Amino acid sequence: MAGASDDGGGLLLLDVFGSPFAQRVRIALAEKGLAYERAEQDLAAKGDLLRRSNPVHGKVPVLLHAGRAVCESLAILHYLDEAFPSAPPLLPADPFARARARFWAEYADRVHFCGKRLLWARRDDGGEEAAAARAEMVGVLRALDAELGGREFFGGEAFGYVDVAAAPFAAWFRAYERRGGFSVAAECPGLAAWAARCAARESVAANVYAADKVCELVELYRQRVLGHT
Amino acid sequence: MAEEGKGEVKLLGLNVSPFAIRARMALRLKGVSCEYLEQDLFHKGDLLLRSNPVNRKVPVLIHDGKPICESLVIVQYVDEVWAAAGDGEGTAILPADPYGRAIARFWAAYIDDKLFPALMGIMKATTEEARAEKAKETFAAVEQLEKAFAECSDGKSFFGGDSVGYVDLALGCLLPWFGAVREMFGLEIIDAANTPLLAAWAERFGETAAAKEVLPEPDKAVEYAKKLQAHWTAAAAAAAAK
Repeated sequence: MAGASDDGGGLLLLDVFGSPFAQRVRIALAEKGLAYERAEQDLAAKGDLLRRSNPVHGKVPVLLHAGRAVCESLAILHYLDEAFPSAPPLLPADPFARARARFWAEYADRVHFCGKRLLWARRDDGGEEAAAARAEMVGVLRALDAELGGREFFGGEAFGYVDVAAAPFAAWFRAYERRGGFSVAAECPGLAAWAARCAARESVAANVYAADKVCELVELYRQRVLGHT
Repeated sequence: MAEEGKGEVKLLGLNVSPFAIRARMALRLKGVSCEYLEQDLFHKGDLLLRSNPVNRKVPVLIHDGKPICESLVIVQYVDEVWAAAGDGEGTAILPADPYGRAIARFWAAYIDDKLFPALMGIMKATTEEARAEKAKETFAAVEQLEKAFAECSDGKSFFGGDSVGYVDLALGCLLPWFGAVREMFGLEIIDAANTPLLAAWAERFGETAAAKEVLPEPDKAVEYAKKLQAHWTAAAAAAAAK
C-alpha cells in the first residue's frame, strides 16, 4: 500500500503478510483510512531494521511512526487510536465498554493458541493432543459466541477493537474445522455469521488469506515440516 | 481524594496474588475506597464465579455491580474512571503521550508473558535441572527489565517517572515473590550486584504508601507457595491414578 513514506511523520509497518498479529494492524490501518508503507520481513533472515526496532523479540508486527517503533499488536491498536484521534476509533468511549473490549481481545488469542496445537499436532500420540486442543477450541469459540450475543459485531453496530483483534483468526476457522472435525456453524452459528461478515468486509478481505488458501497453506506446511498430512 | 458519587467499588483478591496487588495498588494510588474481599481460591465462592465465569480468577473489580477482570484491564479502567483523582495532582498511572503508553504496555506484556511464567516455573519445577532452566529464563527477563528501567525512567525514580506508573505496578507486584524465591531456593532475582537499577527501584517502590499498605511480606508468599505445591502434588497424583 502506498504511503507517506518519505516524510518524517510517515507510518512504516514491518510485516509478514500471513501473520494474524500483523493482519490486525493492517486491518486497523485500513479501517482508519491511514496511509502507510509495508515492508515484508523474512523472519528466517531478520533485517537490521527489524532487529533494531524490536530488539527484545525480533517479531512482527512493528509499527514505525516518525521513526519510533511500537511493538505488540494490541499495543499498536491502542497507539493508533491514541495517536490518530481524528480517525474512527477502535475502542469505545465508555470505560466499562473499553475494559470489556480489552478483556475479550486478549481472550480471543486463545483461538490462535488452541489452533496451533490443533493444526500442528502429530499423529503418533493417538490423537490425544489434537482431541484436547479441539475440545478447548470449541469451548473458546462458544465463549466468544456468547459474548457476541447475536450482535453484528463485538463492537455492536461498529466494527471495533475486538473485531479487529479476532478477524484474522476467523480466516483460519475452515482450517480448524477440517483438522478438528467440527463445524463452527453447528457449534456457534452467531460466531460463524460474524466470521462471514468479517470475510466480506473490505478491510479484512484485503488483508487476510481467504479460508481455502489458509487450508492449502496448512496442508503444505504439514507435508513439508511435519512430513505427513 | 476519591471523587464523590463514583459508585460502589469492591475488589475480589488474594493477598499474595501479584495480579490482585496491581489492582489494589492502583485503587490506593487514586485514593479510591473499596470493599476488599479476600478469596479462597481452593474453594471459590459464588461471587467470584458469577463475576468472572470465564477465568474464575482474581482480581475482579466490581464497580456499581459491573465486573472488570484481568489485572491490567482493571488498572487501565481505574486510571480512566478516576482520571483526576490521586495522591498529589491527579496521579496518572499511564503517561499521557501515546508513545509512552505504548512502551508501558509493551513492558507490562513482557512481564506477564516472559517474567511471570519463568518465575512461577521456579516454584513448579520438580527437578533441579528444570528449576535451573526456569531460573535462567527469569534472570534473562530481569536483565531486559534492568535495561528497560534505564530507558523508561530517564533518570527518575520509577518506570513511570516521578511517580509509580503502569510498569511499576506490573513489576512491583512480584517483589513478594522475588522474596519468596530467595527464601525457598536461595535465588536472588534482583540484587545490587547484577541489577543495581532494579534493586534501588525495588526499595523506593517498597517505601511508597501504596506498597506499604498492599504488598505482603515474602513469608506470606512462601506460605502460599507451600499450599500450592501441596495442591499441585495432589492433583498430579490424582491424574496419575486415573
